Amino acid sequence: MLYKSFTGGIALADRKLAESKLTTRGKAIEVCPIPEQLIIPMVQHIGTPAQPIVGVGDLVLKGQIIGQAGDFISVPIHASTSGRVTAVEPRWHSSGKELLAVVIEADGADRWDPAVEELKPELWTPDSLRQRIRAAGIVGLGGACFPTHVKLTSPADKPITTLLINGSECEPFLSADHRVLLEQTERVVDGIEILRQILAVKRVIVGIEANKEDAIARMQQCVAGRDIEVQALAVKYPQGAEQLLVAALLGLQVPNCGLPMDLGVVVHNVATAAAVSAAVRYGHPLIERVVTVSGPGITCAKNLLVRIGTPLQKLVDFCAGPRGEIAKIITGGVMTGQSQISLAAPVIPGTLALLLFGAADLPQQEAGPCIRCGRCAAVCPLHLLPTAIADCASLGRFDDAQAQHVMNCMECGCCSFLCPAYRPLVQSIRYAKAGILAQQGRA
Amino acid sequence: MAMQLNMSSSPHLHSGDTTARIMRRVIVALLPACGVAIYLFGLPALAVIVWCLLGSLAAEALCCYLSERPLTLADNSAAVTGLLLAMNLPPSAPWWLCLFGAIIAIGLGKQVFGGLGHNPFNPALVARVVLLISFPLQMTNWTAPAPLGSAIDAVSAATPLGEMKTAIMLTGQLPATSQASLSNYFIGNMPGSLGEVSALALLVGGIYLLLNRVITWEIPVSYLGTVVICSGVMWLSNAQRYPDPLFHLLTGGLMLGALFMATDMVTTPITRKGMLIFGCGCGVLTVVIRLFGGYPEGVSFAILLMNAATPLIDRYSRPQVFGYADNHGSHREQPTKRPEL
Repeated sequence: MLYKSFTGGIALADRKLAESKLTTRGKAIEVCPIPEQLIIPMVQHIGTPAQPIVGVGDLVLKGQIIGQAGDFISVPIHASTSGRVTAVEPRWHSSGKELLAVVIEADGADRWDPAVEELKPELWTPDSLRQRIRAAGIVGLGGACFPTHVKLTSPADKPITTLLINGSECEPFLSADHRVLLEQTERVVDGIEILRQILAVKRVIVGIEANKEDAIARMQQCVAGRDIEVQALAVKYPQGAEQLLVAALLGLQVPNCGLPMDLGVVVHNVATAAAVSAAVRYGHPLIERVVTVSGPGITCAKNLLVRIGTPLQKLVDFCAGPRGEIAKIITGGVMTGQSQISLAAPVIPGTLALLLFGAADLPQQEAGPCIRCGRCAAVCPLHLLPTAIADCASLGRFDDAQAQHVMNCMECGCCSFLCPAYRPLVQSIRYAKAGILAQQGRA
Repeated sequence: MAMQLNMSSSPHLHSGDTTARIMRRVIVALLPACGVAIYLFGLPALAVIVWCLLGSLAAEALCCYLSERPLTLADNSAAVTGLLLAMNLPPSAPWWLCLFGAIIAIGLGKQVFGGLGHNPFNPALVARVVLLISFPLQMTNWTAPAPLGSAIDAVSAATPLGEMKTAIMLTGQLPATSQASLSNYFIGNMPGSLGEVSALALLVGGIYLLLNRVITWEIPVSYLGTVVICSGVMWLSNAQRYPDPLFHLLTGGLMLGALFMATDMVTTPITRKGMLIFGCGCGVLTVVIRLFGGYPEGVSFAILLMNAATPLIDRYSRPQVFGYADNHGSHREQPTKRPEL
C-alpha cells in the first residue's frame, strides 16, 4: 500500500535504523523516580527566557510558578515537585551552555499546589482556553518547544481551516510519542477536541507513520463517531517536520519563509495535545514528559515519564546504567539531537530522548572530497543542493549560499547521513547560516 | 565519570555507504564484461586489464607522492579508472600503450585538477581519446574474437561500426552483412574494445549498479532512449543509408558508455533534471558523430563534450526549492467560524 508522503527523505523501512525503534516501542511508559535534586532551567523553549520569581530557601509546591513568562512568545515555568529552592544560578543546559536555573531539593512529598485545582477554566471560550494553556506552560513537545498558545493565536487575516496532529515520530530510536498514542489515546483525543475548539476548525487529521500499526488502530477506535481523520503516513524520515507533514497530508507547500498558518493550517504534536488536555481538565502545568532512553550504549532501554528538571544521569541510572564505554551522549533524536558534554544537564520539554552510543556505533570515517554523486540533492526534502551550499560555506561565500536558500534548511541531516564522502554537510550549512546572520547583524 | 565524549554535531549516524564502497561496486559490475573479454580475446585481453590497472594504481601513487598528499589508493577510484581504460582499449593494445594511457588518465585526466572529485572530464575517456589521436594504428587494430579453446588464431577484423563507416564512404550504402548478426552483437561475439563487445555482460553489471543505487536510471535511459529515437528517425528516412536503432544500441561503445562512462558521478550533473539533459545530449552527439562524423564511433567524444557542458547544465537545472510551488491556486476553504481574538 502506498501511504501519503513528501518527496525526498530517507525511507528507513528496509534499514537497520527502522529496527532501532523495536527495542522500546513495545515497552510501556515507566515512571522515573523523582530525584533528590531537580534543576529547572529558565530557558525551556525557543521564546523569551522566563524570569525566576523564587529565591534560595523558598519552599515551593508542585505546579507552583517559579519562573515568570517574558513577552508574548514565552510561557511561565513551574516547579515539577515540592521542595526547597537551594540555588538560583547558571547550570549546564542540554543546549551546551550554562543557563539560569532554579535548583529544587525535593522533599519527597510531591505535594500539589492547591491553587492548581482552581486554574481549570470555567467558561470554555477560545480566549480562556488559550490563556489556560499559556499559564500551564505548554510548549510543543515534538522537539521545537514553540509555545503552544502562540500557534493557537492566528492573525485575523489568516483564518485556520485545518488542524494537523503530528504522530509521525520519524526519528530512529524514538518511541515516546508512540507510547503516548497507545497509552494516553483518550487524553490525546480530548486535547485534539480542545485545540479544535480554540481554533474553530472543522477538519482535523491525525498523521501517524505506518510503522505504528497498533497506534493507528487504537486512534481509529478512539475517534470513532468524531469528525477526526486518522491517516497512515509512509515510514520516511523526516516525515515529522511540520512543513513535510503538511505536504504529505494536504499536498500543499508551506510558502518559503512562511508558516503552515499561511495555508490555514496549524500543526500540533500528539504529546502536546495530551498536555493540553491535562492543563485544561485538571489545571496541571507542563512538569513532565515521556522520554525514550535508548541506543546501543544503554543496558535496559525504556520509555520513561520524567519530571522536567531531572538530571540525565538519573535516567541512565534508572535504565540500569550504561553498557560498555560510552562515546557519545545525545539528547533528542539521532538525526537532529544535541551531543552532551556530560549527564549533568536536566530534562526539559524538548528532551525527546536520551541516546547513548559506544565508539563502535558511531561513524568512523574521515571526510573526503565530494564525488558529486547527487545523493544529498536527491534526498533533500526541501530540494536544496547541500553539496553546493557546503562548497560556498567553505569558501566563505555566504551571499552565494544565501542565494541557494541555505536559510530554508531545517537541518534534518539526510544529506550528511547519506554522503558517501562523509562530508559534514549540515555543519557547513550551520556555519553558512551563522555567517549570514552575522553579516546581517553588521549591516 | 571520566570518559572521552564525542561532541560532533548532528546527524549522529551515517548510512555506512562510502566512496570506496561505491567504487568497489563499479569494479564488481565490470567483472562480467572483463570475463567475456578474456573469454573472447584470450590472454592479450587479460594483459591489457592488468597493465591498465597496475599503471593507474602506480600513477595515482606517484601523483600523491609528488604532490605530497596522503595516498588515495584506498578509495578505489584509481582502480576504477584503470579498469574502465582497459575496457576502452583494443585487445591487441601493447603494454606500453596501456601504461601510457593509464598515466594520461590519472595524471592529466584527474590529478592535475586536484584528484578525485575535481576532474571535469572522465579520466578514462580523456586517455582513450589521447591514445586514439596519438596512436591511431594501435588503437584501431581490432582482433576477431577467438573464444578460449576454439584454437583459432587471432586475426585482424573490423568493428561493425568501422565496417559501416567504410562501406558508407565507398558505396554510400550500408554493408550487406552488417545487419546479419544482432544476437552475436548482444552476447559480444564481434571485434571491438575489451569492454564494449558484450551488451549482455554490461547490462548485467549495469543492473547490479542500479539495484545497489550506485547509479540512477536517468542517464542510461535518457542516453539510450535518445540514441534509439535519433537513429530511428534516420533509419526510417533511409534504411539503405542508415542502420537501425538496434544496431546502434548493440555495437561500439554505447552500452559501456551509457552504463559506466556517462554515469561517472564526478563529471556529470548532480540533479535528476540535469542528468536527463546530459543523457539526451550524449545521445544526440553520439548519433551525429556516428552517422556524419569522421570517426566511426562517437561515444567517447559525445560524453567528453557533455562533461564540458556539465557545469552549465548544473547551473540551469537547479531544482525548485520547496516553498515556491504554486499550490494550485485557491485551496483555502473559508472557515465556518472565525476564532475570536
